[in-house]
Amino acid sequence: MSEVSRPDSPSHDRLIERLTAELRPVRRVSPGWLAVSWLLVVVLFAGYLASMSDMHAMMRRLMAAPDMWLAALGSALTGVLAVVAAFMTSVPGRSTRWGLLPLPPLALWIWESGMGCARGWHLPGVHDASFGDSDHCFMFICGISLPLSLLLMVLLRWTFPLRPNLTLALGGLAAAGTAATLLNFFHPYDASVSDLVIHAVAVALVIGANRLFGERLFR
Amino acid sequence: MAAAQGGDAPAYQALLRECVPVIAASARRQGISPDRVDDVVQEVLITIHRARATYDPARPFLPWLRAIAQRRAIDGLRRHGRQAVREVYDPIAYEGHAEDTTEADDALDAQTRARTLRASIATLPPGQRQAVERLSLRGQTLEEAAAETGRSKVALKVNLHRAIKALRGKLGGREDAGEGDDV
Repeated sequence: MSEVSRPDSPSHDRLIERLTAELRPVRRVSPGWLAVSWLLVVVLFAGYLASMSDMHAMMRRLMAAPDMWLAALGSALTGVLAVVAAFMTSVPGRSTRWGLLPLPPLALWIWESGMGCARGWHLPGVHDASFGDSDHCFMFICGISLPLSLLLMVLLRWTFPLRPNLTLALGGLAAAGTAATLLNFFHPYDASVSDLVIHAVAVALVIGANRLFGERLFR
Repeated sequence: MAAAQGGDAPAYQALLRECVPVIAASARRQGISPDRVDDVVQEVLITIHRARATYDPARPFLPWLRAIAQRRAIDGLRRHGRQAVREVYDPIAYEGHAEDTTEADDALDAQTRARTLRASIATLPPGQRQAVERLSLRGQTLEEAAAETGRSKVALKVNLHRAIKALRGKLGGREDAGEGDDV
């Protein structure tokens, strides 16, 4: 039965000879280092944005209620863990369970953002983001996610994801989570329902765009 | 594999040869039919080659190889499933299927047809020729053609109709061409 797949089958032999003839030394790919490289660029970029923003105002606002900083912590951890998961799933032999890594902080991010909205409904005088403000958030998340996603794609070119859809969705989540975290530098109001919906749409759009355009890179 | 990453060709060749039975066994376990196992083995060998930089020598080799082999087997099953739904085995339909790519003599045929058409148009009365050239060949609207030629739209339409009928007669081999003169 296994006659067709003997190691000395002429067609396998020919292919093995061709692949051997093409053999060149390669530099090993470390998913951990790729994730660290991406995060390093993000930290430098965050530093640049922080230098342009009013840090005191941001800290005052984040510390005003626990859900504010917990939501920011959730989005930041989502970005970090999603990029680690994206690179871990991008090399063969690593468990796909890495894909679950960003889910707990993602749940925290969604839950605390929702809590912020609920608080906004009960407290009079809280400045609600209008759709005009949300428009700014949408453009910010999409605009910042674009270079972050492009950098991710460039780094993912070194890897070989066997499940490109999973890897790209995680990459999109990493870019969107990071962009939503960086938005805190320039977000002088509490989250409202419209704001939250716009954030969610922007994040979904970034994840979808990553999957759609990134897949072409891998095959 | 670590030696192969460094460019050691004999080690790489020996490794790939040893991988073949492992890949074949994995493919059969995944439910690949015996006649397609060879295809999957070759795809896995190519994938090993392309993904060789992602192997970490600090980790065992077999899980890395099996992950690739299982994924390629699943890809093979999916592709085969899609083909089975979309394609049928029908030798007569295959034989009778018209070629949708351009044949070498298609261009010659097109040139001959264009030449014949040009010659036929040249034999039309001037008004009919003008109507065909402007409305059919250049794609002008009736308004544009009327404005440029100074003829009425009705006259252009009648001329075009007569010209087409005359051309149909000429190209179809009938001699009773020409329904009338120009308008």
